[in-house]
Amino acid sequence: MGELKLMKGNEALAEAAIRAGVDGYFGYPITPQSEVIEYLMAEKPHDRTGMVVLQAESEVAAINMLYGAGATGKKAMTSSSSPGISLMQEGLSYLAGAEIPCVVANIVRGGPGLGDIQPAQSDYFQSVKGGGHGDYRLPVLAPASVQEMSDFVPLSFDLAFKYRTPVLIVSDGLIGQMMEKVELFDTMPRLTDEEVTARYPWGTNGKPKGGERRIMTSLDLDPHKLEKHNFHLQDKYRTLEEDEVKYELIDCDDADYVIVAYGSSSRIAQKSIQLARKEGIKVGLLRPITLWPFPKKQINALIKQGVKGFLSVEMSAGQMVEDILLTVGDRTKVAHFGRYGGVIHSPEEVLEALKQKIIGG
Amino acid sequence: MSDIHTLSVQDIIKPENLVYEKTKLMTDKTLSYCPGCGHGTAHRLMMEAIEELGKENDTIGVAPVGCSVLAYEFMNVDMQEAAHGRAPAVATGIKRVWPNKLVFTYQGDGDLAAIGTGETIHACNRGEQIVMVFINNGIYGMTGGQMAPTTLPEMKTSTSPYGRDVNMMGNPLKMTELIAQLPGTHYVTRQAVHTPAAARKTKRAFKKAFQNQIDGKPGVSFVEVVSNCNSGWKMTPIDSNKWMEENMFPFYELGDIKVDGKLIEK
Amino acid sequence: MTEEIIIAGFGGQGVLSMGKILAYSGIMQDQEVSWMPSYGPEMRGGTANVTVIVSDERISSPTLTCYDTAIILNQQSMDKFESTVKPGGVLIYDPNGITHFPTRTDITIYTIEGAKLAADMGNTKIFNMVVLGAYLKVKPIVQLENVIKGLKKSLPERYHKLIPLNEDAITMGMKNVVTS
Ligand SMILES: Cc1ncc(C[n+]2csc(CCOP(=O)(O)OP(=O)(O)O)c2C)c(N)n1
Ligand code: SF4
Repeated sequence: MGELKLMKGNEALAEAAIRAGVDGYFGYPITPQSEVIEYLMAEKPHDRTGMVVLQAESEVAAINMLYGAGATGKKAMTSSSSPGISLMQEGLSYLAGAEIPCVVANIVRGGPGLGDIQPAQSDYFQSVKGGGHGDYRLPVLAPASVQEMSDFVPLSFDLAFKYRTPVLIVSDGLIGQMMEKVELFDTMPRLTDEEVTARYPWGTNGKPKGGERRIMTSLDLDPHKLEKHNFHLQDKYRTLEEDEVKYELIDCDDADYVIVAYGSSSRIAQKSIQLARKEGIKVGLLRPITLWPFPKKQINALIKQGVKGFLSVEMSAGQMVEDILLTVGDRTKVAHFGRYGGVIHSPEEVLEALKQKIIGG
Repeated sequence: MSDIHTLSVQDIIKPENLVYEKTKLMTDKTLSYCPGCGHGTAHRLMMEAIEELGKENDTIGVAPVGCSVLAYEFMNVDMQEAAHGRAPAVATGIKRVWPNKLVFTYQGDGDLAAIGTGETIHACNRGEQIVMVFINNGIYGMTGGQMAPTTLPEMKTSTSPYGRDVNMMGNPLKMTELIAQLPGTHYVTRQAVHTPAAARKTKRAFKKAFQNQIDGKPGVSFVEVVSNCNSGWKMTPIDSNKWMEENMFPFYELGDIKVDGKLIEK
Repeated sequence: MTEEIIIAGFGGQGVLSMGKILAYSGIMQDQEVSWMPSYGPEMRGGTANVTVIVSDERISSPTLTCYDTAIILNQQSMDKFESTVKPGGVLIYDPNGITHFPTRTDITIYTIEGAKLAADMGNTKIFNMVVLGAYLKVKPIVQLENVIKGLKKSLPERYHKLIPLNEDAITMGMKNVVTS
């Protein structure tokens, strides 16, 4: 068993970055995720693994530092919270277009605008639909525990390099600020420069002797060529949809109704399910772990199994519910419940909503 | 002795006993700043200047993102709240469509000199007729004490826990000297608010800055206030003012840098 | 066993660290734990609270609306949290600074003179450990040896010499908690 620690979600994410062999972290302070860069600065990761950490002058700069570092084949990472992630959207579009791997964590807070600093899940649309301009998608992982804040860092880098794409970790102030037990994985050594050049021949880290030079760009002025590039991107997204969907099912075997919830909301919903089952209501939980690609097949399987209704529980005005509706259509009941603007729904409120909107409604 | 007992509050709060009055351009809302912080004094001096110039109804202010994000709760004039660092662009938008109004920004060092560097330099370079107030406390107060672009070498913050290493983290940025070089700035000064004398000088600077705008002088009037952040520096208010005098002032020298469009020879 | 606790008081009373030590003690005896603090501007107003859950099972919601135990250290927290104790649950408070005493009859209420005892011991900083002792007497969910292990884990090495003092404070709390 690895080392056991009591850590905040933000700290676990930072520690995992060091252990996952990240080469560079570039970030800008923002509540509720400033612990990430604070932890990294205190830990002196350069002494531990050679990882560099830099406080950028803005999130716009930070994401472009990822562009530069990632495009050379190195592992680059940043984290921020909603307003800062909005500023990164231009960069993310360029990174997706140029197919540059990197990992970006969003510790979501209430919006829109400056909003507040309390937990929210209202950046779902921005995360799963692309976020910036152009036809692209980003794999999105949603941790629901401090353990997953740690585990999803190496997982995200695996996806990022396998598919040459930025990967988002979408969490929120609750998971970021909460402390739980976490089993830390063993430190993976950073790749040497030679390993990077050998493994990632696309990396712009100096023209290979006798080889072709590489160019990292998202520009193609010839529309036919750009269309072809887009075909290639779409193929990649279809493969991701086929192969990389991740989810968890809790108490779904005999469920009449299913709550769909991710991250913090899924934790709260678990309690609601316990309360419901005490009352004899058979409820299960589908927890999407990848928000994109979305677990559509699993929803279809639950309908086949006889589930009579889905309640999407999100700390937003209803965003993921649209993806559930796209899958379910009019085959069975779908509704949304959630508090937002930084208010966290209680397990009791969720149960009440299930009764009102799905069972009774 | 018996006098003390018979004197009631009502006896004391008579108009003829008045020695000092809060400007009506500060609201009655309790300030959200930490006790001992310079932000509140800077607010008050600025509002007094605007009141004394009779511009209460002709002023539009822009609040930043930082501890003074809630400046709009305290400054009793029309206010807008900008995104982090964008206040000079927001102010430009206002001033260009309401050229006869007084427009100001009030920003911290993270806001004005890190994320908002582009907006700061370009507003100053375009010569926007606005007042920019720059509260330099060498740290990010709002978010809990991270390193700012103005953090002094070796200074400890939560993101420079072993002290600012200028080779790794860059050097403290003298934004005020930088923008003073631009032809679009008309008046550039650096002041403080930690003593009554300093506060009086700062108020004169605010008045001059707003007067420039009233007179249609070309370009930005820029007032930096070197201030404390006792919470972020983890000091008592008194110690923080002493530390500021001993460490901040030698690096960020107080005084006028540019007056009437001309750099002051040192 | 699942124990859901709210600890609430002023910032600076050691509310968050008391919760942390309790959570670490849970880890030391192989339990699942969560620690969820209040954060943000509310804390500038001086109040702090933390929800701690210790359980044999995977923990569901880390934020709750009702608790098995409330540990209350100032009046504001009393106003806010007295009503959130589950029927049959426990409320422990330090009467120091409390002006409106708890009135519920469907829960068990204990008092601990934490501030006074800590002052008597000559160190107001161990206040939270006295209160923790009181709690552990009422609800022995973790063993004292695991609390000591938890202390070792959560305190930086240079403070380890203070562990005996903390242990004394816990014992003091255990001895002096009374039903009210
Ligand atoms: C886009 C964006 N990034 C980051 C933040 C978080 N943030 C809020 S205030 C602040 C810095 C405040 O420091 P400063 O401007 O020096 O003002 P002070 O609080 O010290 O007065 C930061 C980084 C934000 N609100 N928006
Ligand atoms: S954190 Fe610093 S800048 Fe902010 S109000 Fe407190 S003392 Fe002032």
